[in-house]
Amino acid sequence: MKSYDLIIVGAGIIGTACADVASAAGLKLAIVEPQAIGGGATAAAMGHLVAMDDDPAELALSHYSLQLWEAFTDVAQIEYSRCGTLWVASNENELASIPAKLARLAAVGVHAELIERQRLYQLEPALAPGLAGGMRVLREAVVYPPGAARHLLDRALARGATLYPRQATALTRNGVELDDRSMLSGPVLVATGAALPRLLPQLPMRQRKGHLVITDRHPGIVHHQLLELGYADSAHGDADSSVAFNVQPRPTGQILIGSSREYGSDDSAVSMPMVQRMLERCFHYLPGLRDLQALRIWTGFRPVSADGRPYLGRVPGAQNVWVAAGHEGLGITTSLGSARLVIDQLLSQSTAIDASPYDPARIAA
Amino acid sequence: MTERYDVAIVGAGPGGLAAARAAASQGARVALIDAQAHAGGQVWRKDIEHGWPRRAQACIPRIVEHPRIHWLAQTQVVHADAGALLLENETQAWRVAYDTLILANGARELLLPFPGWTLPGVTGAGGLQALAKQGWPLHGRRAVIAGSGPLLLAAAVTAKRHGAQVLGIYEQADAASVHRFARGLWRWPGKALQAVSLRGQLAGIPYHCGSVVREALGTDTLQAIEVETPRGSEPLSCDLLAIGFGLVPNIELAQMLGCRLNEAGVHGRVEVDTMQRSSVPGVYAVGELCGIGGRDSAWIEGLIAGHAAVGAKVQARWLRRQRHAREFAESLQHHFKLSTRVRAMARPDTLVCRCEDVPLQALRGHADARSAKLATRCGMGACQGRICGSALAELGIFPRGGSRPPLFPVRLSTLGDPISNPHQGSCS
Repeated sequence: MKSYDLIIVGAGIIGTACADVASAAGLKLAIVEPQAIGGGATAAAMGHLVAMDDDPAELALSHYSLQLWEAFTDVAQIEYSRCGTLWVASNENELASIPAKLARLAAVGVHAELIERQRLYQLEPALAPGLAGGMRVLREAVVYPPGAARHLLDRALARGATLYPRQATALTRNGVELDDRSMLSGPVLVATGAALPRLLPQLPMRQRKGHLVITDRHPGIVHHQLLELGYADSAHGDADSSVAFNVQPRPTGQILIGSSREYGSDDSAVSMPMVQRMLERCFHYLPGLRDLQALRIWTGFRPVSADGRPYLGRVPGAQNVWVAAGHEGLGITTSLGSARLVIDQLLSQSTAIDASPYDPARIAA
Repeated sequence: MTERYDVAIVGAGPGGLAAARAAASQGARVALIDAQAHAGGQVWRKDIEHGWPRRAQACIPRIVEHPRIHWLAQTQVVHADAGALLLENETQAWRVAYDTLILANGARELLLPFPGWTLPGVTGAGGLQALAKQGWPLHGRRAVIAGSGPLLLAAAVTAKRHGAQVLGIYEQADAASVHRFARGLWRWPGKALQAVSLRGQLAGIPYHCGSVVREALGTDTLQAIEVETPRGSEPLSCDLLAIGFGLVPNIELAQMLGCRLNEAGVHGRVEVDTMQRSSVPGVYAVGELCGIGGRDSAWIEGLIAGHAAVGAKVQARWLRRQRHAREFAESLQHHFKLSTRVRAMARPDTLVCRCEDVPLQALRGHADARSAKLATRCGMGACQGRICGSALAELGIFPRGGSRPPLFPVRLSTLGDPISNPHQGSCS
């Protein structure tokens, strides 16, 4: 039986980020992934790097992660593009909510600015008339998530980690069993996202389906990643289905359009009524997009924990089993910070931010 | 807006036309949908100078003007779900609901990568025919036709008729195979006549068997090719190279509808019974979709499906003709089988995905097409893997993938604007 300092199950953005940190710390590492690297929710994701400020714990983790992403801005494979985020206020009420957001962001050191109405249209002339203003976070970015996962994995492999292209079928007393009946022994870190219940049924996990549409190449129409200020209501609300305006300029000149959220649909098929709702919301903010060509529509499943915060830490009641999963729509942003938080705890080191809000014991207890 | 029809037919080549005429003759209200401006499909594409081929001219105008057939030209099917198609044309989008659906959306060319294949001046063999018939100037240009199969003869005839100087036809199959195929043609007298007629029109143009184009040469545009014949390798100056290695069924719509595919070949085809019924109730498939069979298979299968779709009697002699036509297709596939030389044409630096400029060597080390796509963008471009996906399947590198919505690039407004006011569609 092969023995490792750590066996990471899952090579999405979370598993590969953990592999990067663990291998850099000198751990003898195995990574278990039967499918394409970053081929699950990571490949389906938009890849925005954005600080969400409405939950202090989430803000701390996203801000910590955004700083870690700065080390990857020049990796071609990751396609880091610092387009900035422009939150759009459609009315005076939404505009009035901005000063409080600015204060929350400033408290953790994120610089953002209020954008007056006239300036909004200078920045993004394609926006629909009649909007109230917005808030810009200049240093935020978009990345190409599967490229990032591949890069993080390659770094771990270059440091001597071993990739097992197999399915982990079960946790054993001291490791994992693979689908060829072979065993690996050592501490296990489960980073399988929405598939978590297969190995850790004690940690509740729901799937939240999303749709995305990508256009043909139309450079110069949109300059920032654009979100409606109501985005957080869609992201954090618990409605069975919701849509919110979220559009990105990709470095290819393509425009990536989201977003939708649905509970209760495990079917990966594209739902045209949901696409219609999502695009209708998009046209409300960017009417000029109606004439662009859509090349591709796809769906993905966000892994959602019991309370919306990821599980990062030791699995209660299990010996030497760790978990990093359940990041909903913020997995790309928070991957690097999540990995540090888990590996630091695993090595009994102090963590850069408070780890207790993510402790899986909060749920299992 | 939703229009409702008894029968919706996708594709107005011989298969779709025959199906439309048959269904309408039984009293059904029919929608005949095609992306092109004129009916006829690829094989009966209307030539702006010379019109339709004789047989097509005799039937197409009466079919598209039939009072019970609504002819929807320049209309793309962009999505399908149970019982309805989402359509788009230049100005609008709407839904067509149907009782039965007949898929007759044919095949596309198999383009295989080789050094220089993306140079301007290099086209598919069918591509050259389409361009010539749409008025692309060929007069006085030196053209070489290469690849495999009888379609090369048809391409050469079209090029010659439009004034090109055809320097030669280079067939990859060896002379023995081509002769065996020709000797067996007596079983299909129509095909034999057609072959004789094509050869007659190509008198004086050399036909080389066992020959493969190794490279297309030129800086900004095609200037010459390097061709390997049984007598050795030789350069040849030319302005145009039309190269065709056969056809690939357009199965994406059938896949989206959930039709069971026959997985025997690398490209997949729709599985149907003798009445052309697919595995999905109410969905029929005819012609190239069920395996490359040519015009005669498509026509007779369209006739059968058009009757069966509306519950009319299907005559036993049509079923005999259907089998006979399919035997021709099998003979064709057998004698013009692609040789290993054709599969070895691409070099490591040859582009495989021309939408995203991905060379063959970039795909090394990837277990499947999806993994390669995520890492290299291969197949992520405007054609969504139609060209490179088929080539990679043919070359045995990655198996073909599934259907990805939408079926074709589509205006966002078609997907995002509410489609309201369902009403009964009317025929023209």
